[in-house]
Amino acid sequence: MQNRTTIRVNGRDINVDAVPDTPLLWVLREQLALTGTKFGCGASQCGACTVLVNGEPVRSCVTPLAAVAAQSVQTIEGVQTGADARIARALHAAWVAHGVPQCGYCQSGMLMSAVALLTGNSNPTDAEIDAAFTGHICRCGSYQRLRAAVHTAARELR
Amino acid sequence: MKRRTFLVAGLAGTGALLFGWSVLPPRQRLIGSALPEVPNGTLALNGYVAIAPDDTVTVFVPKAEMGQGVHTAIAMLLAEELDCAWSRVRVQHSPIDRIYANLAVARDAVPLHPDDDALLMRSVGWFSDKIMREVGGMITGGSTSVRDLWNPVRDAGALARATLVQEAARRWDVAPESCTVAEGVITSGQRAVRFGELVQGVTELEPASRYSRKAPEAYSIVGRATPRLESAEKSDGTATFGIDVRVDEMLYAAITMAPVIGASVRSVNTDAVTTLPGVTAVVPVRALNGCPEGVAVVADSWYRAQQCLPKLSVQWDEGPNASLSSDAITAQLRAQAAQPGGRSFRDTGNVDDALAVASQTVTATYDVPYLAHTTMEPPNCTVRFRVDRADVWVGTQVPTQARAAVAGILGIDESKVIMHVQLLGGGFGRRLDIDFIAQAAQIARAVPGRAVQLIWSRADDVQHDFYRPACASVMTAALDSSGALLAMRASSASQSIVGAYGARNGVAAAKFDLHKSTAEGMFDQPYAVPAFDVRHHVVQLPVPIGYWRAVGHSHQAFFLESFIDEIAHAAGHDAIHFRGRLLAHHARALRVLELAAERSQWSTTPAAAPDGARVARGVALHRSFGTIVAQVAEISLSPAREIRVHRVICVVDCGLAVNPDGVAQQMESGIVYGLSAALHGEITIANGRVSQRNYDTYKALRLHESPVVETHIVPSMEAPEGIGETGLPPIAPAVANALFALTGERVRQLPLRVSTGTGAE
Repeated sequence: MQNRTTIRVNGRDINVDAVPDTPLLWVLREQLALTGTKFGCGASQCGACTVLVNGEPVRSCVTPLAAVAAQSVQTIEGVQTGADARIARALHAAWVAHGVPQCGYCQSGMLMSAVALLTGNSNPTDAEIDAAFTGHICRCGSYQRLRAAVHTAARELR
Repeated sequence: MKRRTFLVAGLAGTGALLFGWSVLPPRQRLIGSALPEVPNGTLALNGYVAIAPDDTVTVFVPKAEMGQGVHTAIAMLLAEELDCAWSRVRVQHSPIDRIYANLAVARDAVPLHPDDDALLMRSVGWFSDKIMREVGGMITGGSTSVRDLWNPVRDAGALARATLVQEAARRWDVAPESCTVAEGVITSGQRAVRFGELVQGVTELEPASRYSRKAPEAYSIVGRATPRLESAEKSDGTATFGIDVRVDEMLYAAITMAPVIGASVRSVNTDAVTTLPGVTAVVPVRALNGCPEGVAVVADSWYRAQQCLPKLSVQWDEGPNASLSSDAITAQLRAQAAQPGGRSFRDTGNVDDALAVASQTVTATYDVPYLAHTTMEPPNCTVRFRVDRADVWVGTQVPTQARAAVAGILGIDESKVIMHVQLLGGGFGRRLDIDFIAQAAQIARAVPGRAVQLIWSRADDVQHDFYRPACASVMTAALDSSGALLAMRASSASQSIVGAYGARNGVAAAKFDLHKSTAEGMFDQPYAVPAFDVRHHVVQLPVPIGYWRAVGHSHQAFFLESFIDEIAHAAGHDAIHFRGRLLAHHARALRVLELAAERSQWSTTPAAAPDGARVARGVALHRSFGTIVAQVAEISLSPAREIRVHRVICVVDCGLAVNPDGVAQQMESGIVYGLSAALHGEITIANGRVSQRNYDTYKALRLHESPVVETHIVPSMEAPEGIGETGLPPIAPAVANALFALTGERVRQLPLRVSTGTGAE
């Protein structure tokens, strides 16, 4: 049953031994010890597990390993040094400046979606920010600071 | 028994227990049985602080950081008195020691009125502090952290500072009084030494015999908006939560639990699973510490373990609750609340007489559903059991209790159980329970030598929570011909948390269940009601219940503040004006209310929503955990008649705001968590089973639904009060009152549902 799948994670090709239907989330967290990507719901409801696959935000908890074979996966651990480093660093600085995280558990996923948003839109409106995060949940209520931090990062990058 | 008689009897019993106990002087809250373990070269000065040669100051905080900002606030208090450089401050969770026992939680468990019974409250506090010093554990909850540590942590900082000054003065042969301290540097005349230099090569320093705290007027750290210490690591994925713990050779466990409340395992097909690749063990899990019976699969991957669960083909004995339904419970609670009797929490004046002579009476029945916590980080716990030692890695609000439970399950001494308390991916009261820790210990016992990480799925979490109790309340008011309030009666019915929690966790103190949490938020408010009768009927039901953010305040505030609005309207008075008259005697509450009116421009008509929909305002004021909060919510209805909350003006008097930015964060947090409940939250039960499974059926507020919150902190030099829960209680009634202003429709149930009829908007 074990299969070897090659995926490109944070710029490195990695061979993974796992059943092809194993969700990418568990490959990242258990086999690659990349625990920055979080398990929240297992059903694409909360966004805590968001990673970028070829630059697009996907929910790794419902993405089978087989679906990302030979694809480029970016996680929170690699995003500050990868292709989107400039955007990721600006977001990180804005997150700290606005005091976005509370418990912080959902923030990796939030940041990955924020990177994807600013990659495609250098000046998002409130409505566009809201739309980019409809798949995310934060139980601590960091929402308004998150919105402000995305604006700040976008401004810094322009 | 009358309320006071009952209390006095309880206290007398407690007093007898105390006889002969020594009083621990304050210094003994600063240095425990041993100093915290530190790396070589670093010097621990007392139970709260250590200094490294590179000037790093480690503050040991005996409270769980679950987003409420407590690590930063406590470190600020200590750094203020130590006079170290803030940039060198780090925080570590403290070890377990009796000096870290939470004294403030017990004070808050007594059903006394904070204003009217202030004197009695002080005596009770004196007694309860003694008890908690002896038997109390480390607890993060009840919005107590800053209240609990505000004195000892400032003392610890001042003691450490005096100890370092004493050492510098000794080396220089000068009087300690000649030394000044700033930014971690001690100066006397031309001489100066850094804290780090002073501890270089030193293995022990005799604590100074005298120290004094700063005058609050001299504060330079406390009272300033300060970014939380762990912001950066929480913004780059490096912060480690319990679920992120990785230990060599570790295994993962998934669990299936009795779907019907109170059901038990009849049969399991263990053989079908143990032979599967990657599977290490199948472990039956007993119902301990309130967890349901279940069966766990241990494997080399959590996903694999989870995939194996259906193959166990577990058959359940459903037990006596298989026909339980929340509809029937709601009806039962409503009927019970309408009955006379119940336990009295306040009985001033003669309500019946007032009702007889009133020119107008108002009666209404309110109710709220069960609620789940759904912390973003699902319950999880990692345990490694070796012959005579266990390591537990977990995010918990009660490490002492967790340690005792694990020791009991593994049959080893508590001192052999090492607790590694991790950051919590949300708490909200859920991690006051240790059910999942008891499960993890049972599972680890079956695979000795290997660390096992038990993780609950989201469905496990939603279906096996300890829920905020459903509650119903019948409210009655009497008004005179001028519309002034003569009397009010509140009769509510729900399960009581303290007794249930104590029973499942073997907490002896919980036998003194004064049921305060059932009626808090109703009997203890600052309003002057000439005659006020507050009572509660405790109803026994099998639904597991627990502490949910703001506890009793979470629903009693909805009942009281909605009803005050109702009677203000019946009296023909403005909602702020009507409340102002009831608060005329209470300067702090009145100021909070007036500021909320001013900052929200209450007397003006709100601007229309961006899509042109009419916007209306609603107000609510509530005191919980010592803090008074008023909120004005501005709402409109979408074309689909969904409630949209655009803006919330939030005014808070929490005494001295240790970290104003932390206070603002918690107001925003309480409002969002409270709005999730007010607009969406509902756990229902059918055939003894919880009907919801995940965030699709148990919804949480999302970004596009969240309001802009504007927090205004009332400047104050009074002692700091609670913050973590206090932003929550007013939001549901503020929105419900705004909905009434918008549509003329009074909604008396949560979550708020708007009728589909043609409203006035």
